[in-house]
Formats: sequence, structure tokens, C-alpha cells
Amino acid sequence: MNWLITENTGSCCALKDIPENSYAAFYDDLTTRLNDPRYHVAQYFALPDNNRLRFFCLLLDDATGQVLIASHALEYYDETALPSLTALHPALHAFERDIAERYGVQFDGMPWPKPLRFPFDRYDRGSTMDNYPFYSMKGGSLHEVNVGPIHAGIIEPGAFRFICNGERVLHLEIALGYQHRGIEHLVTATDNRLRQICLAEAIAGDSTIAHATAFAEAIEKLTGHERPAELERERTIALELERMAMQIADTGALSMDIGYQLGQVACEALRTMTINTTQAWCGNRFGKGVVRPHGTNHPLSPEKARMIRENVREIARRYDEVRHDLKSSPSLLARFEACGVVPREEMQRIGGVGQAARASGLVRDIRATHPWASFAKCLHHESIVKRQGDVMARLMIRSREVLQSAGYVDRLLELYEQKYGDGPTPCPTPDYTTPLAPSSLSFGLVEGWRGETCHVIITDTGGRIAAARIKDPSLHNWLALALAVRGEGISDFPICNKSFNLSYCGHDL
Amino acid sequence: MFFEKIRVLRSHGKQYIPDLDAVELTSEFRGRPVLTDTPSHADLEQAAAICPTGALSATPFALDLGRCLFCGECARQAPHNIHFTNDYRLGSPTRQGLVMRPGQTCVPFDPANIRPEVRKCFGRALQLREVSAGGDASVEMELGATGNVNFDLGRFGIGFTASPRHADGVVVSGPITANMAEALDICYEAVAEPKIVVACGTDACSGGLFADSRALDRSFFERHGVDLWLPGNPTHPMIFIDGIRTLLGHKKRG
Repeated sequence: MNWLITENTGSCCALKDIPENSYAAFYDDLTTRLNDPRYHVAQYFALPDNNRLRFFCLLLDDATGQVLIASHALEYYDETALPSLTALHPALHAFERDIAERYGVQFDGMPWPKPLRFPFDRYDRGSTMDNYPFYSMKGGSLHEVNVGPIHAGIIEPGAFRFICNGERVLHLEIALGYQHRGIEHLVTATDNRLRQICLAEAIAGDSTIAHATAFAEAIEKLTGHERPAELERERTIALELERMAMQIADTGALSMDIGYQLGQVACEALRTMTINTTQAWCGNRFGKGVVRPHGTNHPLSPEKARMIRENVREIARRYDEVRHDLKSSPSLLARFEACGVVPREEMQRIGGVGQAARASGLVRDIRATHPWASFAKCLHHESIVKRQGDVMARLMIRSREVLQSAGYVDRLLELYEQKYGDGPTPCPTPDYTTPLAPSSLSFGLVEGWRGETCHVIITDTGGRIAAARIKDPSLHNWLALALAVRGEGISDFPICNKSFNLSYCGHDL
Repeated sequence: MFFEKIRVLRSHGKQYIPDLDAVELTSEFRGRPVLTDTPSHADLEQAAAICPTGALSATPFALDLGRCLFCGECARQAPHNIHFTNDYRLGSPTRQGLVMRPGQTCVPFDPANIRPEVRKCFGRALQLREVSAGGDASVEMELGATGNVNFDLGRFGIGFTASPRHADGVVVSGPITANMAEALDICYEAVAEPKIVVACGTDACSGGLFADSRALDRSFFERHGVDLWLPGNPTHPMIFIDGIRTLLGHKKRG
């Protein structure tokens, strides 16, 4: 079994250099490696390649920081069922379901052969939102509760089906796909690079910077041009501001769900301050427009750097007060502690990533294990990890990450002031025209506030984008939410849900 | 425990914006564009070619805010022709009203285009049901922010409600995905007459980036009239607040 070995800071790889293995060898090697927690799969997808279907797998090695890429292939009309990897490693369920849904590939022994997101170009047109095959359970004392797709609050749509015994949740099944807009297809349907990066910004509006950075990284690897360190730093500042804003927002949302008004309103005001800081920098509260390939339209000026630095310090100071208050409120602890527990082993089995995994003691953090840009150069990230895996642990991860991110922003802006205290940064303007390397595979791997964000771009012989495969961390973590509520009272679902705050559109694409 | 709360309260201070009509957004904010015609359209042609949604047309010179992402790239390509101001008064009672032409100094809001029952029934209280149909969560978060401690839209008797049965209208965000089209219809039907429809965000107004996607079903807008079109990527809370209050007659626009 051969793998192509590269790193997150490496360049793009020619498609012909990616080893093609037999499925049997791929299956044996991958299932063995995945027994070791140092490995996890970042992407596994299939693509039509002439008369074949070629499968690509990106495997991350957290111990060495390597990215391993391999492939296997299937004749397009070959209907042989492949032995399911999910049967041994549930972490791969979303990938196999995606492949089966798009191309009709059969996986033998797949324990959960269900639709994933009902894409418009799905293989089985008879499979629709209306006939999603929910599990059911029989028993005189059981009942089902359906929530969604439209929820009570102003949030995105998704359907939740609870099977309960009285108030207690025995099982939750989450059916998504309502948000499917066909983004991956639209990225390949245009040559307008500005349109492509705008599409990347729209994958999940609350993770604009993470997705745009992952996409820009992948594009920049394909053009082969070096990026100035200043540009990387500005993107990192934007990414950490986004992390701060969302972690603060969720602190407030969790407070709201238990009726703790002080925490809620204090966090609402602090989130406003954070996103208004981003707006005063680039004109958009969500940072749309900050990340562009090879350059920026919003280079920092000394005044803006000072404004961001002052605001971030003030936000961190005030947020720290809120954090202390939350930690010392007994009624709040009574609701959050030991609620919605996902143990470490379970988190690893289902392939949880990001802050939710770290709250369960599983260190999945691209900033630490596969650092890129500023994290590979001037910042040495140490992940914040908790063991409990409950709502409180996820809240505490959030609250400590706000302060950590504030520290990073401050440090990067300090570097900026030392270097460019008198004038604007020499950041280049964006470049939308540089041709991409033909017949290549490139990836962008970024730790957004939710976790691992991975974009894979494959170019054709003419250097056009032939395929884009986008992964939001929510793809993995929705299953963690389903497991978290098992055994809890159904009234605890809102706080479990908020403690993850997963993306519907990032999942549905 | 007690002192921590006092400390949070002291730092929090007063957050609400006393006069929402006097709000001015940062000069960086990209709101209503001002278009200036020039003898040569060379820059404009280039800007139109790069526009990610085809919102800009060079001949005749016009910029459709219902399709605009406010990325600002055209203003950099054609600085003599296009300039984005920080004016957030972008709401319009008609879809055509969102098309900006040279010389225009505001997005028109002619009360003649408002159905008479809207102001009569909802002028003093309006409860809305928000439906996200492919929205990327940014418009949804901005709508959520309209009720927060800073903007406090509730002070005008305007708010969001969970049940469509309690609502006076539907706010649609997102380009309306095919997978969500039926749920949106069911929700709309559940709202009692008279009711209004608000299209919120560039995605809702035109499909935005997704206009050509085969994953959409926008027939909802063919079957139901829209009372208020609100552009934005996402729609800033002030765009929403100004648009709704102008619709209800709380304030006037030129």
C-alpha cells in the first residue's frame, strides 16, 4: 500500500503522482492505521475519471504532521459492492454515504446506508427529503418527537427525530439536506476566481474566514506563488477574530437557553463589539471580502491595527469577567455539568473534530498538529483540552479559546506595529488570473472555530477546476450531537445543541 | 458569585442605541452605491466582467442591489463610475427599485407601492416568522441581532415569533433550495391573512451566487407577492430595521 506523503505547508500534487492501490490493500491499510488515534481521515471522496470512478483519501497523521494521500479506482459500471470501512470505523460514515448517494456505489456491511444531503445530482432521484428512512423503535411506552425542519428560533433548517421513553431520549436521528445549494458544482461551473472565492465565503456564513482561507490556500498551492508573511498574518488575525466572535456568541446563546440573562446580554454586546471591529476593518461584520487569493483589498493600516488591538484587549478583559461569573454560578453549573456527555473513545470512533473533540479529551486541532501559515511560523499553538466531554467542558473550551485568540491577535498586531508602525502593510492586491497547475490535486486545511475545515481542489488537463470537495467540521460532529443527547431529558436538547452549534449549510453544501 | 455579577454589570454598562434613526455605520461599510456615468465605459466593462453575480451592467449602466454581494470589487475596477457609500437605507417595496442607475441618490420607497392593509394592520405591531431556505447563517444571525441589547427592535413592537400561527408575515432568507421549498410553502400557508412577505438578503432577492444552481426552487416568489425586498450580504441589522420601519410608515425616505 503506497501513500503520497506531504504536509499542510507543502505544494500541490500531480494526479499521476498519487498512488493507486487495489481496494483490498487500501481497506487493509486504512482500517489498521485508524486503530491508532494519531490517524484520522480528513477527506474521502470519489470522482468520475473517464470510464472509472477514482476514490481519493486524505489521511492526517497527528503525530508527525504529515498528510497522506492515496487512491483506488472502480470501473464506472462495475457494480461490485466494496466492503464498508464504516463497519469498522464509524468515523467514515459521512464519506461513504456521500459516495453512495452521488454515484450509487454499494458498500457491503455498511451499518447506516442512508442519504446524507439529497444533492440535486444524486444517483437515486426517488430518494427525497419526504421519504428519509428514519429509524423507529417499537414499545408501548415509547413515543417519537419530530422537530424541524423549521425551528423555533431564527436558525437554519434541519430535521430532528427523537425517540423518547417519557422525557428521556433513547435515540436522536438528524436528517439534513434542506440547505443544499450545490456549491461544489457551482465552483466548477465558473472560471471567475472572484466568484469562486465568494462561493467559498458563502459555504457557512459564520465560518466565512475559515472556508475562504482553506479555499485560498488550495488555490495558492495550485498557482505555486509564494505568499508574503504579512498576508498570512492578516488572514490569521481575521480567523481568530471570527473564532472570538462565534465563541462569545455561543457563550451568550448557552446562557440564554438556561434563562441566564446577564450572561446572554453581556455576550451579545461583546459579540457586537467583536464583529463591529471586523466591520471597521473590512466593511463586513462577518469578514466577507477579507480573504482573497494572493492578496487583500483591506490591508491593515497603523490606525486600524491600533483600533483592533484596543478593542480586542477590551473584549478579552470584559469576557474574562463573564467567564469568571459563569464558573461561579451554581445554578448554571447544575445545568451544564454532566449533561450531554460524549466520552473520548466515542468521539474518536465517530471521528469528532475541533473544539467538540477537544472538550472530550481528543486533541484534534490543525493549528497544533498540521500548522499552516502564521501557525507554522510565528505562533506556536497549544490546544486547550478538557476531559469531561459535557456541555460545561465545551463551554469552558470556548471561553478559554476566546482569551487565547485575543492573545494571538494582540501578538500578531504587535509584530505588525514593530514592523510597519508608520505605514500600511506592503500586502499585494488580489490576483484572480494566475493559471492553475493542470491535472493536480491541492488541499487547504484550516482550523476554523468549529474545527477542521478541508477543501480539496482537482484541476483538469487545462488547469480549470474540475472538482471541489468541501468539508465543514460539522460533517463529523452532527453525529456527536446525536450521541450526546442519548439518555438526557429532551428538555436538555437545546443546550446540548448550542454547546456544539453545528452548521447546517456547511454540511449540506 | 455576587461580586462577579456586579463586575460584569459594571463593565457592560448601557448598550442600547438610544436613537436608531440617527445611526451611522462605519465609513468602511459598503452600502448604497453611487453611480456616475462617464463617456468611456472601458473600466465598467471590466468591472462587469468580474462581477461574481452579474449584478453590474455596463450598457446600460446599472447595478442591481438585489444581485449585488457588496464585495466592492467593481468600485476598485471602475473607481470613477462606482462608489459605495455607508448608506444602509437599501430596502425597497419593489424588486425594480433595487436597480440603481447613475445620478440616483437613494433607493426609492414610494408609499404608493405598499398594499394599503400593511400599514393599517401592522403599523403598530408586527410579528414575523423567519424561514431560512438555503441561507448561509449570516443573514439569520443578523436578523437575530435585530432583537439584541444593542438594536432592541422590540421597542417598536416588531419582533420574531416561533409559530407561524402567531405571525403576521414571513421573512425569507436564502435562495430557496428545492429541498426546503415545500416547508416554506407550508409555513407560509400557516400564517393567517392578511400577511406580508419580506425577502431578506441578496440570496433571497435574486438567488445571488446560487441563481443558476439546479438545487434551487424559487417558484415561491412567482406565487406570492413580496412586500419588502432587503438586499445585503448579509443584511445588516440596520438595513432590516430601516426597511421594516419605512414599510410600516414609522419613517419616510425621499
